[in-house]
Amino acid sequence: MTDQFITGRLTEYQVIGRHLPTEANPTPKLYRMRIFAPNTVVAKSRFWYFMAQLRKLKKANGEIVSLNVINEKRPLKVKNFGIWIRYDSRSGTHNMYKEFREMSRTDAVEALYQDMAARHRSRFGSINILKVVEVDNADNIRRPYIKQLLQKNLKFPLPHRSAKPGKKLFAYSRPSTFA
Amino acid sequence: MADIDVTLASWKLVEVGRLVLIRRGPFAGKLAAIVEIVDHRRVLVDGPSGEEKKIVPRHVLPLAHATLTPFIIPQLPRAAGTGPVKKLWAKNEIDGKWAKSNFAQKTDRAERRKNLTDFERFKVLRLRKQARYEVQKSYAKVRAAAAKS
Repeated sequence: MTDQFITGRLTEYQVIGRHLPTEANPTPKLYRMRIFAPNTVVAKSRFWYFMAQLRKLKKANGEIVSLNVINEKRPLKVKNFGIWIRYDSRSGTHNMYKEFREMSRTDAVEALYQDMAARHRSRFGSINILKVVEVDNADNIRRPYIKQLLQKNLKFPLPHRSAKPGKKLFAYSRPSTFA
Repeated sequence: MADIDVTLASWKLVEVGRLVLIRRGPFAGKLAAIVEIVDHRRVLVDGPSGEEKKIVPRHVLPLAHATLTPFIIPQLPRAAGTGPVKKLWAKNEIDGKWAKSNFAQKTDRAERRKNLTDFERFKVLRLRKQARYEVQKSYAKVRAAAAKS
């Protein structure tokens, strides 16, 4: 409809794949992953990337059984998400836990990639998302930057607001920042 | 010693129930109520106005795109659904209160002026001249009376 409702950069996919059936094993085990990716091509590629790390199974000897989009169940509810990640920095590999307050899992993961890019200069390729969990009990929130948003009767002013500068070079009055 | 009155600045606060005016985006110019605070830059708003044209669907609004208004829906529960918000909206007569506010009246007038035809603009010009003439006449009377005494 409008740009506000265009879905974000990432989509959550459910990818199911397996080893190609052989005579020794005509019904190979199915493996399912929830993957955050910009499109189906990247989703399948990430599936094989993780699969090869976890099992002796790669694209050459496997197949994708199904691929579908996972939509947010309640996209109009504000939720707190905890995300476990593993990422490669310039000097080593680290595990991390971060919390985000967003409307959907994909929003939270997008915010995570932005945050990791900003704070650690790390990119999509060097971040593995291990787990995304909705934290519905406020007592289980660990990070102070999310905790502060959960206090009762939260309220705050918006001091010193500057209007977007107009196109005119000169203004006939000083801008008001008290609004 | 002179007495100094120190009064606190009365800030409008970002809080659940506060009505905000949306200044940018597809719902610019419409009114919505804060339903929940997402973080220090974004809030979840919902504007179930009684008038079809002024409805704002529930969505996340950056506070940079909003102006806080002096109106509040008191005791709006946090994360209330559109139904309860609509009920309280009607109960607190938000649409009526907003229509009476200075800002709404000014924008209404500007909108009406913008859509006038050439002839209507001419009528406004004549009416304003007539009004000015009456004002100046009464001023002149006052001035003449002041000069005499």
